[in-house]
Amino acid sequence: MRIPLSWLREYVELPAELSIEELDRALVNLGIEVESIVDLRETVTGSLVVGEVLEIEELTGFKKPIRFCRVDVGAANGTGEPQEIICGATNFAPGDRVVVILPGGVLPGGFAISARKTYGRISHGMICSARELGIGDDHSGILVLTEDVPAKPGDDARPVIGLDDVVVEVEITPDRGYAMSVRGLARELSHAFDVPFRDPAQLPAPGATATPAYPVRVVDTVGCDRFAARVVRGIDPLAESPRWMRQRLTVAGIRSISLAVDITNYLMLELGQPMHAYDLDALRGELVVRRAVAGERLTTLDGVVRELHPEDLVICDAGLPDSLAGPDGGVPISLAAVMGGESSEVVATTTNVLFEAAHWDPVTVGRTARRHRLFSEAAKRWERGVDPALPLVALERAVTLMTTYGGGTVGDEVLDIDHTTPPGRIVIDADLPARRVGVAYEPERVVELLERVGCAVSRTDARSAAASLAGGRHASGPPTLVVTPPTWRPDLTDPADLIEEVVRLDGYDRVPSVLPLAPPGRGLTPTQRRRRSVSRALAENGFVEVLTHPFVAAEIFDRLGLPADDPRRRTMRVANPLSDTDPLMRTMLLPTLLGALRRNVSRGQRDLALYEIGLVFLPRPEAGEPPKMGVAHRPSDAEFAAADSVLPEQPWHVAAVLTGEVEPTGWWGPGRPAGWADAIEAGRVVLATAGIPEQRIVVRQAAYAPWHPGRCAEFLVDGVTVGYAGELHPAALSALELPARTSAMEIDLDALPVAPVVPAPQISGYPPALIDVALVVDAGVPADEVRRALTDGAGELLESVRLFDVYESAQLGEGRKSLAYKLVFRAPDRTLTGEEAVAARDAAVAEAARRCGAVLRGA
Amino acid sequence: MTYRNDPYDPKQVALLAPEALAAAVTDAKAAFDAAADPEALAELRRRHLGDRAPVSLARREIGALPPAARADAGRRVNEARREIEAAYAERLALVQAAQAERILAEERVDVTLPYDRRPRGARHPVSTLAERIGDLFVGMGYEIAEGPEVELEWTNFDALNIGPDHPARGTMDTFYLDVPGIVLRTHTSPVQARTMLARKPPIYVVCPGRVYRTDELDATHSPVFHQVEGLVVDEGITMAHLRGTLDHFAKALFGAEARTRFRPHYFPFTEPSAEFDIWFPQHRDGPRWVEWGGCGMVNPRVLTACGIDPDVYSGFAFGIGIDRSLMFRHGIGDMRDMAEGDVRFTRAFGVEV
Repeated sequence: MRIPLSWLREYVELPAELSIEELDRALVNLGIEVESIVDLRETVTGSLVVGEVLEIEELTGFKKPIRFCRVDVGAANGTGEPQEIICGATNFAPGDRVVVILPGGVLPGGFAISARKTYGRISHGMICSARELGIGDDHSGILVLTEDVPAKPGDDARPVIGLDDVVVEVEITPDRGYAMSVRGLARELSHAFDVPFRDPAQLPAPGATATPAYPVRVVDTVGCDRFAARVVRGIDPLAESPRWMRQRLTVAGIRSISLAVDITNYLMLELGQPMHAYDLDALRGELVVRRAVAGERLTTLDGVVRELHPEDLVICDAGLPDSLAGPDGGVPISLAAVMGGESSEVVATTTNVLFEAAHWDPVTVGRTARRHRLFSEAAKRWERGVDPALPLVALERAVTLMTTYGGGTVGDEVLDIDHTTPPGRIVIDADLPARRVGVAYEPERVVELLERVGCAVSRTDARSAAASLAGGRHASGPPTLVVTPPTWRPDLTDPADLIEEVVRLDGYDRVPSVLPLAPPGRGLTPTQRRRRSVSRALAENGFVEVLTHPFVAAEIFDRLGLPADDPRRRTMRVANPLSDTDPLMRTMLLPTLLGALRRNVSRGQRDLALYEIGLVFLPRPEAGEPPKMGVAHRPSDAEFAAADSVLPEQPWHVAAVLTGEVEPTGWWGPGRPAGWADAIEAGRVVLATAGIPEQRIVVRQAAYAPWHPGRCAEFLVDGVTVGYAGELHPAALSALELPARTSAMEIDLDALPVAPVVPAPQISGYPPALIDVALVVDAGVPADEVRRALTDGAGELLESVRLFDVYESAQLGEGRKSLAYKLVFRAPDRTLTGEEAVAARDAAVAEAARRCGAVLRGA
Repeated sequence: MTYRNDPYDPKQVALLAPEALAAAVTDAKAAFDAAADPEALAELRRRHLGDRAPVSLARREIGALPPAARADAGRRVNEARREIEAAYAERLALVQAAQAERILAEERVDVTLPYDRRPRGARHPVSTLAERIGDLFVGMGYEIAEGPEVELEWTNFDALNIGPDHPARGTMDTFYLDVPGIVLRTHTSPVQARTMLARKPPIYVVCPGRVYRTDELDATHSPVFHQVEGLVVDEGITMAHLRGTLDHFAKALFGAEARTRFRPHYFPFTEPSAEFDIWFPQHRDGPRWVEWGGCGMVNPRVLTACGIDPDVYSGFAFGIGIDRSLMFRHGIGDMRDMAEGDVRFTRAFGVEV
């Protein structure tokens, strides 16, 4: 909301000298967000003066009319001689007073004025339009001062055209509807500077008369709890709004339309009461205020035909053709509180005006505004809450302004259908603000501050008397306050709201800084620690963390080559995605992680290792809508569990991708390309970091999209699949436009068991016995199975086993391979003899032979 | 001993003559000094201290002397031998040192050669900062609470006093999912509700996490960003405690100079509410107040909806943007840098912030 400071000063006695910084600080400390404060005196520099047009010479021979003018600018040009100025506008005549900027001045937007040759003459300055001066949108002609403006040639034009003001633009939080007005802001500023405030709503206004100003029937008194109206007849339809009114509307960003409409807008800004002006002669019959009926339509003032919803409040004319009888009577002529209709609007021929000032249900108006995407100035105020006590005052102001500037006579009848209820009382212990804020406010101070915002406060000892009878703690405690908020503060409903007013006016900066002492905590949970460790381990292993947005395209699953019935295709869909191409929530990390990989590749990176730890979203089959839960009390555990079970499963996953070289080529020799083995090792790093003992992990061959069917490993922990790794399928890589051989790993971190407490190994000080064995097996036998067999067969003396060579040759025979293992044997209590070590080795080999058909090479 | 009864053998005895011994010493020293390496020196040792060395031969002749002369001669021989051995040891040390030095010189390498055979990885600064903030509060006794990102409207809005028609619902640009009643959480505050439903006061938690708003990704906006939320519910909690906690938080993260400033504001889930700024002297555009987050006393309606008696307990809550904090702390000019996953951005931060 943009408001000129001069308007605020009419109602609050602000210090004469008030810097922009002081004003800014005051508003901010009141909780009013300042968008900008602009001193208009600084928007135009140099000589901006009133000039009187003396002579006009029409220049010919140009494509458009050009005037060479001699303008009296008094002594402002230093000579007192008329100023010669070229002007392209034609809406003025000799004798008119205009606004002239002399050479050396600068208009808004950095438009510097100098004496320059144009159209064959020298122009010494410029005659300005409202738009050029930044005070309006009008650029149809130059600004001609009206008769009523007292100014003579040579005067500084700034005060004349309102460029001597300061414009305050503020953002009002949703709870403070009252502050969306000059009335509310002035009241707030009076608190900040502790200066007198004059309430523009404190005005005698006539109440309802026996005969209404116009027949109105309010069917829905919940949606419309007050409807007031008055009539002015016989106005001059061509009467213009006074300049000051138009200037203020312009500053506020509201276009001047007609006197009647301008008055309603002006009063909305000043009082906070949105109003409506009808052309009385366009109304046919009784006005009916009701909810719309399905199927009804209304053309609003913006020319849009709107399909009405049964919840929309409408004002209907029962005198129009096709009007039904009964509670649903009349034909809609206005979308109540949001926007008027075309049929009854005030037009250039209107001579009789009906002013309406009503009070509408904020929730209904808010819904209507959202439904029709009509966030009008009126709707914004209704949604935040409007003072229900305003209508009669607003009408009084409206009819007075109307007759003052437009003539006509005010009708004696006043309509006021009032179903409003007074604000509810709030009972609060006087010491509650002190207890919640930590500042020792005395009860007197609390009362003073609440009264300052307009509350009526009475102390009561009823509660303490009752407590004293019962021997309660309030026997000698602080007084209890019964607080009645003012009608303009519908946001004050709870004791906490009053506490905020106390601390706000007393000053947030007076709240001391005290560190509370938390009870001893349990530290991070095992899963939190595990997530951190895994992340750090991957970073230490050369992977770079990225955090991708979890939105994916529907086509991604086809590109990855997922089977048609793959459960990962079952996704949650965003109803209002930013991009129609990525409306789905990811069910795996790889798609978006590969997206980040591709972006890096496209930016010229060749060797990449990325990882991400994040949530994936797996909808539960058959999950319906969550049950409705209120907020008046805690939902039962069963209720909340039922609601929670509708949410998708959201496990933490970790994924990594690699492409290019995992070790670069250097002076030490050739690099090493990243491949399936690096991805699988990344998976092993994750499992090891998660503290899963090796004997509980199985890594086995798998065929699982989007991996290469021959180069995919499946990780199992305690027999449960937790993830996959390997080289990605060439078709998927091609579809995703990724480099060949790109490899990837993805593991469900939440599927991993919590790390057990590690039993310490027995460290023997005796020397080891080292024995190498080369075993020949079928090429299809996994090396890990051979290792397991050796381990199981070797018995307790085996300290470690390590595969150090894999070898295939014609000698071994077709489909055979040799696996060479280094076995380390050691006893805890003695030096092993050669015989003992060989016996253990033989046992290991025998087990490998039994399980895997292994043959000791050379045997 | 054959020599014992020998009358006298001038040839043999000549070896024991002082001149002869002196010459043996002089010869040995000269030879040692000429040796260039330990190998040559070892050879010379045999010649001057070995079995056939003059001093060794001279010792054999002692027996040939009259008893009275033996002690004297023996002393002379030992002295000469000691002298040669000392010369040898001295020279050996010199030669060895010289050789070691030569080898070291020969083994010199260019230590400026790069050896980035295993490129370093890095952690995303958002993760690192979130953990750092978590650690700060865990150190104060808080625990880290977590919640889902696809969230119930009830926990994201209703329980936080944002009813279906609350104007604040319209201002939070919410992603809705295809199931009614479910949204992408617009803030980390639903974790407050979940925490209060799940446990009894005293509650001291922080909740870092991802949140979603329907803002297009540009230099200053992102549809996905990160917040950390703090929630304390206990007996006797005041706004002063909120302030003290945020002051400590600010100093821990931005240094001892950091100060906070409260501005009254509106949040449905807190009352009184404030936005808070931090005084940030290191700002790249000069020292200034920077808007840091929102906070307030937990609205008693929220406590009620979550089953906590607002007459017994009070609480405070605060929230800050992690991405935003990183942006001004590190002078990051473009939000997209944090979202796009360019390795050049992330690598710059290493594994700490």
